[in-house]
Amino acid sequence: MPKDLVAASATPLVLGILSEGESYGYAILKRVNQLSGGELEWTDGMLYPLLHRLERLGYAEASWKVPAGSRTRRRKYYRITESGRQALAEQRRQWTVITGALRDLWHEASPAPSPALVGS
Amino acid sequence: MHPAGAGGQQPPDLEALIAEWRAGVEQQRAVDDADADELEGHLRDQMADLGSAGLAPDEAFLIAVKRMGSVDALSTEFAREHADRLWKRLAPGPSAGGQPSARRDFWTMIGFACAAALAVKVPEAFGLDLFDDGRFYARNVGLFALVPLAGFFAWRRGLPAARAIRMLVPPFAAAAVVVNAYPFEDGSDTEALAALHLPIALWLLVGVAYAGGDWRSDHKRMDYVRFTGEWFIYYVLIALGGGVLAGFTAGAFDVIGIDADDFVSSWVVACGALGAVVVASWLVEAKQSVVENMAPVLTKLFTPLFAAMLLAFLGAMVWTGRGIDFDRDVLIFFNLLLALVLGLHLYAVSARDHRAPHDVSDRLQFVLVASALVADALVLVAMVDRISDFGLTPNRVAALGENVVLLVNLAWSARLLLGFWRGRVTFASVERWQTAYTPVYLIWATVVVGVFPPLFGFA
Repeated sequence: MPKDLVAASATPLVLGILSEGESYGYAILKRVNQLSGGELEWTDGMLYPLLHRLERLGYAEASWKVPAGSRTRRRKYYRITESGRQALAEQRRQWTVITGALRDLWHEASPAPSPALVGS
Repeated sequence: MHPAGAGGQQPPDLEALIAEWRAGVEQQRAVDDADADELEGHLRDQMADLGSAGLAPDEAFLIAVKRMGSVDALSTEFAREHADRLWKRLAPGPSAGGQPSARRDFWTMIGFACAAALAVKVPEAFGLDLFDDGRFYARNVGLFALVPLAGFFAWRRGLPAARAIRMLVPPFAAAAVVVNAYPFEDGSDTEALAALHLPIALWLLVGVAYAGGDWRSDHKRMDYVRFTGEWFIYYVLIALGGGVLAGFTAGAFDVIGIDADDFVSSWVVACGALGAVVVASWLVEAKQSVVENMAPVLTKLFTPLFAAMLLAFLGAMVWTGRGIDFDRDVLIFFNLLLALVLGLHLYAVSARDHRAPHDVSDRLQFVLVASALVADALVLVAMVDRISDFGLTPNRVAALGENVVLLVNLAWSARLLLGFWRGRVTFASVERWQTAYTPVYLIWATVVVGVFPPLFGFA
């Protein structure tokens, strides 16, 4: 998967996952893996600067919590805000346009472009 | 703050590996403590999952670290989001670092700064007006500003009260008596000279408090030299801000038809100028280890330029064959020039590692000092011819004395620099010469303040 495609889809993916409910870094990453069937390979560390950016833009709110259970380690949980939801809606609209256009194009075109077409 | 281990399930060497990885991450300036907590939590979650999938703990660690990405790439990404963290932050104020000692420092500094600011207003209660009795204020301004500063350093260095009183009170008291008890004539030169030299003498006395009483130490003296350079830069910056504040205060009140000029000059400017002496000192102390010293940077920038200027001046003099057009200001001008060259030399010395080998900037130092010496020698030769025409007034004797004080220092410095260039002396001796010379300034300034007035009949 090309790097810029991964980068471009990262924000709507994370916002979308957060719209399902409050979550933390590692869980978000696992959800991305699950959604993409392991096809979207993120470098784990890169998720955090992105989360911090969403926090700075006001799309997400963060709070440190000690999760219930045996662990004593605190975790940073992220929660989507109202402006985060608006941003997500806008991203969704844009992505729908792009995926829709590509789908239409590939439905009309022949299954695979012929060498002659590529050459012209 | 640091997350505890996951219930001690992992062997201790794994904990050491995680700690090492975390230390590497924390070293990155764009990553702060909370981020490191977050990343470490992620690493541990990943390892726990891999472990439950059947991997050995050390294998799980390696894979988790690899998935996290290289520390460099991580740091770049964090830096992109947190660019502000790349700028070293000095957050002075009562909450700096949240440590009680920093808070206490801050409020003590405020106390001494207020003491300095109010000291200048106390004489008004006794009927001395800042403008009508300007002579009184000119003579005493050094005392108003520097007695609180000496007190601040005595407190900060934990100087025992008895020792502080024994070391600092006699010279300051003597200075106060001399400048106020001498029967100066109205508008006399000796009075102006005393007013000009007293702050210099007192500044060097503050050095005793700065050194915590250990003023004989070469290191402490050099520290005080460094402090002086930084203090000056901070004071100028504060003064610029103060000027803007004063301008806007006057301008804003002018808009509503209130003339605030008197208030601004007698309160904002007067109190601000004195309080800033202590505030600037505190700032230098607070940021000492946070920010690079500025004075040596400026020195590095201007040493070649001043060396070029002096060489051009000498060249022009030889080329055109012009003599020195001697008038009363020439000597003062050259005193300032020598003082500036000495300053450039001093701050270059203060920032140099004295174990480093000789390099091109040392040669530049030599060129700068030597050309200043030649220029000054030409001025002195031109002056000797005509000194009888002028007569010995206090101003001329003071200017001549200062010239000698600076000339001796620079001449010996040039000798030492040349010796260092040739590998005959170590750089430490160049440094030691400067620190050993500091009492000479104190003695000369004291002579001008204490001896000149009676010598010249308070004229």
